[in-house]
Amino acid sequence: MGSSRSSLRRVPDGQQLLQETGFSAAVLLRLHQRFQFLDKDSRGHLRSEDLEAELSENPMGDRIVGAFFQPGQETVDFPSFVRVLAHFRPTEKNRTRGGEQPEPANSRNRKLKFAFQLYDRDRDGKISRTELLQVLREMLGLQVTEEQLQSIAERAIQEADLDRDHAICFDEFRKVGPVRLPEPQHVAVGLLLHQEGMARCSLNIQRKCDLCHFHLWN
Amino acid sequence: TENTRGTHIICFSTLKGKLPVFTMDYSRIQIPFEFTLWVLLASFSKIGFHIYQKITIWIPESCLLIGIGLIVGGIMYSVKEEPPAVLSSDVFFLYMLPPIVLENGYFMPTRPFFENVGTVLWYAVVGTLWNSIGIGLSLFAICQFEVFDLQDINLQENLLFASIISTVDPVAALKVFDDVGVNEQIYIVIFGEGLFSDAVTVVLYNMFAFLADMPVIDSVDVFLGLARFFVVGIGGVLFGLLFGFMAAFTSRFTSRVREIEPLFVFMFSYLAYLVAELFAISSIMALITCAITMKYYVEENVSQRSCTTIRHVVKMLATISETLIFFFLGVVTITTVHEWNWAFILFTLLFAFLWRGFGILVLTQIINPFRTIQFNLKDQFGLAYGGLRGAICFALVFTLGNTINRRNLFVTASIAIIIFTVFIQGISIRPIVEYIKIRRTNKDLNTINVEIHTRTMEHLLCGIEDLCGQWGHYYWKDKFKKFNDRFLRRILLRDRKAESSIVSMYKKLELQNAIELLDTTMGDISAAPSLVSLQDEKKEASRPKKTFKATDIRKMHDILSKNMYRIRQRTTAFTSKYGLPDDSQTREILIRRHASIQRSLRAESFPCKFSHWLIICLPLVIPEVDRLRSSGVSPRSSSRSLIPMSKLNTIEERRSPVEASVFTGSNIRGRRAPVPAARRRSPNRVDEDEDEIVSEGQGEERHLPPRGWAPENRDLGTNEAGNSLLRPSSLRSQRSWRI
Repeated sequence: MGSSRSSLRRVPDGQQLLQETGFSAAVLLRLHQRFQFLDKDSRGHLRSEDLEAELSENPMGDRIVGAFFQPGQETVDFPSFVRVLAHFRPTEKNRTRGGEQPEPANSRNRKLKFAFQLYDRDRDGKISRTELLQVLREMLGLQVTEEQLQSIAERAIQEADLDRDHAICFDEFRKVGPVRLPEPQHVAVGLLLHQEGMARCSLNIQRKCDLCHFHLWN
Repeated sequence: TENTRGTHIICFSTLKGKLPVFTMDYSRIQIPFEFTLWVLLASFSKIGFHIYQKITIWIPESCLLIGIGLIVGGIMYSVKEEPPAVLSSDVFFLYMLPPIVLENGYFMPTRPFFENVGTVLWYAVVGTLWNSIGIGLSLFAICQFEVFDLQDINLQENLLFASIISTVDPVAALKVFDDVGVNEQIYIVIFGEGLFSDAVTVVLYNMFAFLADMPVIDSVDVFLGLARFFVVGIGGVLFGLLFGFMAAFTSRFTSRVREIEPLFVFMFSYLAYLVAELFAISSIMALITCAITMKYYVEENVSQRSCTTIRHVVKMLATISETLIFFFLGVVTITTVHEWNWAFILFTLLFAFLWRGFGILVLTQIINPFRTIQFNLKDQFGLAYGGLRGAICFALVFTLGNTINRRNLFVTASIAIIIFTVFIQGISIRPIVEYIKIRRTNKDLNTINVEIHTRTMEHLLCGIEDLCGQWGHYYWKDKFKKFNDRFLRRILLRDRKAESSIVSMYKKLELQNAIELLDTTMGDISAAPSLVSLQDEKKEASRPKKTFKATDIRKMHDILSKNMYRIRQRTTAFTSKYGLPDDSQTREILIRRHASIQRSLRAESFPCKFSHWLIICLPLVIPEVDRLRSSGVSPRSSSRSLIPMSKLNTIEERRSPVEASVFTGSNIRGRRAPVPAARRRSPNRVDEDEDEIVSEGQGEERHLPPRGWAPENRDLGTNEAGNSLLRPSSLRSQRSWRI
């Protein structure tokens, strides 16, 4: 741990990111290594194809990549990378915060907002029917016919749409969206465990994420 | 005509001493003929099982094969025929076992394996030792009782027998785990355990066999035994690496002799096996290591076809071998001489169970603190119950020499155990596993929204994890990767550029896509997701609100649950034992992304300069990277001219509805272009003949770029030129646009 303090200097905006995101120093270092690994030409920023290479088999891959980039930007630097990932730290249930503190990056709200942005690509604040249809198309196999897709999308909007505008806004999404918000504790935990490649053992870890079956290994 | 059984030469001739008109010479072809017939018979029975799908779900194939073998054995017994000596030592170990081990090694999921290698080895080595010694000692204790009439079996023989029956062959269990979707950890541990326990057992067997012959054992022998263990294991790995690298190196030079490329894989791996046998070191370890090493480099070097051929042949040989082994298990059961001793057999069964369960418990307790994902009791039960015995056990017991005075008893006992575990445990493991793993709640309670969004979040998380990369052992992996890139790849690969995975995936994808379209009647992939056009969206607002009946909703749930893409399973796709890896889901996803990338590329490139258009077409036409480089065009430059999407909204008419969603929905920032650039860099290792195949994929309507494209800064001349470039080009590019 001692070495990580000094090497934290290598990380751009290290101290600030520590406070902002709530990651620990070891975690931040590890993310920085990962960033450098993804950044194959050592430019100091990532482009979309660097990220896409990892996500090619994910049906929502391009959307996820898109979420990293601000509108109009082509590259993402390390602080932005980390800030996005900070959404996925597990929520600390016990922490109480004062009213003035900004909402932590990994609150449930933020996570939902992130997910919402995956759907809402034109960033107009609503998930329209076409957007939902696109998502459905990406997530469903090719055996589903267009009519079925339409009915599913229609039904989804019906269930959610409370203000009758034929679209799902963020509040409606929050109410009707994923009931169980997946807590990727493994992501953070993996980061916690990992210090320079040597996995430590720790006895109070969540074993795996029940949803995406992601496993840590020994 | 002769009266010896061996030769039958029948002459039909009316005249003595003249040319025989019709002769039959059975003895000449006997061996290959009978071999072919046996293989065919076993394969027919395999076909027979799969006709009725439900059977194989509930009864593992190995059971069915043994059953058929029993029947055939009964027939043979009744006509007093002897079955061929398939399970004799040499035939089994030299011919029947290598294909199975090769298949296990070749299709080993390397990442989870290496991440869990400590656990796997722990269970395999220490577990097998524990089982052997435990069962051996307990049986020896039982043998002391006079009542059972077993007193002539001494300690060495007991240990020998115990080592034989402690090897696991979890074929059926793996299939069940795969179907049920048991978590990756258990799967890989059982898989690896099955693999390595074979190796361990063979070593132990040889050791104990040697010791059984010796009249007296002193402590030096034990120490030597231990040392031998390490020599054997590590030696096997080294040999495997050596031959693996040789195979990889050879495949570097086979670009002109594609037809014999698969040969090298098989010959080198077999050579590794035989040379290891020569030095009496663990040939199974050698073969596995060779396969793992080879696979990575060879698959990069050989052509797509050879790659497919290799995989198919490996699977085929392994399936034949396994089928034959189980089949002969059944046959030989009937035809051998048995010696039944209730006590011995029952106690063997009991101790086998007990020691395995106890062993798993203890071993797990010891190793759990070192694991980040710990095995809970359910996992341990799965591990223990999945320890079926199988073919190796049987073959080993058959090779027991006749110096062991109770050989027949051992044979009978092993057969009993195998049949018991395969039938009882094999059949019951599925319901038990399904029972103790609680299923998800009834989906009808969730709304459609929850289902969709939950799955979206799952995919999102999976994606974020992928981005965050692999944790754990990163240090060694990184080191190995660096070493790999700097040295190994340069020497062993023909194409030394480190390709990104997406490039190679696109390559494979396009080829497979093209080839597949000829094979299947699926026809036009592009037709399937016909997307909504902008006009429809306007209509939709005026559409009366549909009401959905409950049946409709249930149907929707059904559709969603069946058709939503599963989270990418990192292991099971590779290890399904009875089929080739199933990557149709991945492929579909990639097809889609490929298509959307192509479309968005087109979206930006049309207003681009003509040179950019050329960039796109050229590599498809003339697949040479150097040409591209030398023409001074950097593949990345096309991304510079970004078209803000708002411009394209002026396009009202679409030739096909495909474009609409792209403009509204696809990535606004237009970063798509660099991706095909990366793709363009792919040095096309397509063979000439593969190109020709695709030329048949025509037949679909020519997909001209839609007229409605941004007409501002582009002259029709460019467009035509662009088109004309497309027309005579390889029709593969046509195909890819259409996707």
